[in-house]
Amino acid sequence: MNRAVLSTSISVGLATGLYGISFGAIGVAAGLDVLSVMLLSLLMFSGASQFAFVGVVAAGGAPITAITSAWLMGIRNSFYALRLTTVLGPRGLFKVLTAQLTIDESNAVSAAQIEPKDQKFGYWATGVAVFVFWNSATLIGALAGNLIGSVEEFGLDAAAAAAFLGLLWPRLRNQWQLAALGAFVAIITTPVLPSGVPILLAAAVALIPFGGKR
Amino acid sequence: MILTVILASLAVYSWKLLGYLVPERFITERFRGFADRVTVALLAALVAIQGFSTEGEIVIDARLGALAVAAVLLAIRAPYILVVLAGALVAAGLRALGL
Repeated sequence: MNRAVLSTSISVGLATGLYGISFGAIGVAAGLDVLSVMLLSLLMFSGASQFAFVGVVAAGGAPITAITSAWLMGIRNSFYALRLTTVLGPRGLFKVLTAQLTIDESNAVSAAQIEPKDQKFGYWATGVAVFVFWNSATLIGALAGNLIGSVEEFGLDAAAAAAFLGLLWPRLRNQWQLAALGAFVAIITTPVLPSGVPILLAAAVALIPFGGKR
Repeated sequence: MILTVILASLAVYSWKLLGYLVPERFITERFRGFADRVTVALLAALVAIQGFSTEGEIVIDARLGALAVAAVLLAIRAPYILVVLAGALVAAGLRALGL
């Protein structure tokens, strides 16, 4: 166990808790009952997909649209899993549990480590920490509901952006070109493509073998 | 609604599981390199979209200031949780000032 990695993991968990509260509140405001909101955080457990799902529900969209939106936002977890399968080497039924904790944060903390055992520990510590804080925060947000002001008023949207920047930071030194191009492609295509697609285009940027090694 | 939530969760989960079902012999060194670079490209895309877009439009607002402060804190190796909290506080502060 590496204390520095554990500390990062808990910090990342606490940070997701911040916008987990807003997810709970937004879910209830979208018209979902507390049980449905909680099932999203427990079973779907993938922030972007969850926000996409409640966004469609809030707009009065059909169930199939909500399912498809969430599904499309989840594609990137597959890329993370491809990286993590060689790092973690899960066997048999253990893959089922390992897969559930595969999210932006657990993969990012793992990928920021140099030593293989730290990469492994970073994944599990962050996955468990985020799961605990994200779900507790969702419950608080869902129960408190309207008592909480808007996400923007408290800067929770900016907190999420800062959180992603913090996860990216260790990789910027050697791979800033790749990061800059990924960000550029995603933002310029955002106004013209359906949500979820710009992220996939950014993933395609990684096919270009430029930039330094980690 | 519960059924929709469960179906959607299974749909999202299917992506997560898929990556673990690829046999290891197919995961070559080049492929690992790609999967590793994807992490960087996607996190950068998430920063851009979360920081500079609202409902499919490019928007420059208080989040820019929040990200700038976050970057400075990261550069001086501030703890991660502080970076995130500062991001929220700066954006909330700028908005309270009407920016």
